[in-house]
Amino acid sequence: MTVRPASRPDERRLSDQGLAIIAALVEARTGQEIAPNRVWRVETALKPLLRGSGASSLDEFVSHVVAAADGVLIDAVVDAILNNETSFFRDAGVFDQVAEAARIRAQEAGGRMRIWSVGCSTGQEPYSLAILLAEKMGIDDPAFPEILATDVSAQALNRARAATFSQFEIQRGMPVRRMVEWFEKRGEQWTAHPDLIRKVQFRRHNLASDPCPAGKFDLILCRNLLFYFAPERRHRLFDRLAGVLANEGLLVLGAGETVIGQARGLVPSERFRGFYCRAAEDAGRT
Amino acid sequence: MARLLTLSLPALCETWAFQYAYDKVIWMKSCLVVDDSKVIRQVARHILETLRFEVREACDGRQALDSCIASPPDVVLLDWNMPVMSGMDFLRALHATDLPKRPKIVFCTTENGMAHIRAAIEAGADEYVMKPFDRETLESKLQIVGID
Ligand SMILES: [Mg+2]
Repeated sequence: MTVRPASRPDERRLSDQGLAIIAALVEARTGQEIAPNRVWRVETALKPLLRGSGASSLDEFVSHVVAAADGVLIDAVVDAILNNETSFFRDAGVFDQVAEAARIRAQEAGGRMRIWSVGCSTGQEPYSLAILLAEKMGIDDPAFPEILATDVSAQALNRARAATFSQFEIQRGMPVRRMVEWFEKRGEQWTAHPDLIRKVQFRRHNLASDPCPAGKFDLILCRNLLFYFAPERRHRLFDRLAGVLANEGLLVLGAGETVIGQARGLVPSERFRGFYCRAAEDAGRT
Repeated sequence: MARLLTLSLPALCETWAFQYAYDKVIWMKSCLVVDDSKVIRQVARHILETLRFEVREACDGRQALDSCIASPPDVVLLDWNMPVMSGMDFLRALHATDLPKRPKIVFCTTENGMAHIRAAIEAGADEYVMKPFDRETLESKLQIVGID
């Protein structure tokens, strides 16, 4: 005969208090809010950390995080939660349009364009961009745009700089011809060619609290990121992005995002559908 | 026409005319899943059906070739190693036929080395999925070949 243990609270679930603590921690570190419908992601993200922590439940794990004197555990928690699902050429249509806009802008403006990929995570977006531009204009073209890619997570940036992807990551969204052209297989991992890696400059940056990178950008990609911020803060961040957007520069948002009703300084671009630019009354002032 | 209108809604849905119009409007794409593993065929079928594909199956290259000649699908999800006729031999045989419409070919195999991938591209494969795969991977590859 077997004796069943008395039922106890599910140690893999986070209590409301535990969640509130984690949410506050993430917001304090990054400014991002955890929407109620993303709670399951927090639990999923914390489980691997829980296993390595010696804590017996997620709530106990949270108490370890709060008690931790150094920031290492907190960083790990924030990284795990922000680890967004990302893929190469996410929303492929957008990339074709971005490359076309970049080509036209380069012709008009002359010189070297500047592109900023905000919230680049493990680098799929800026590398996709670099591949497209390399195909359009040649990787050795002196006018090849400067691509700056930033993220709040140091761990994600380390991976992005290494440009090394698992089999799952590499084939998600990546056409096979581009994969064999731009990546090399080492063991089970796929690593980008050094020429491609050199085209992207990665830097740690917290959009919510750090000053924007210096200078103006001809193209800013900030996709599926501002969605995570409270409306008030989102307005301010849109203003910040507008502030570093060059005259005639373009802002690219995620497929389901808009500036309409969210930002005074930005309006839909008339030339490039789905993209945004600085409002006319603002554009003359720089 | 008057007869049609006297049918109940469920009955109407069963009519050939309705099915034809439905498929035309919704434009279901067809996929031939070729793999000697029943499990892989089932997994692929499940994913493809949630992506609104009409799915057919074949256990080897020979069966796949017969199926394509009888009625070419929009896309073939193709294993490499199979008894009777391999994926590569199927691809060569398919190119030798004079089908009016050539299906898109997406290799789906555990052969994940650079040499195999290059050989598949040279033989005319449109895309390449390395097993194991998931829904997102398959979906993105079908989008890349323009079948979605
Ligand atoms: Mg097989």
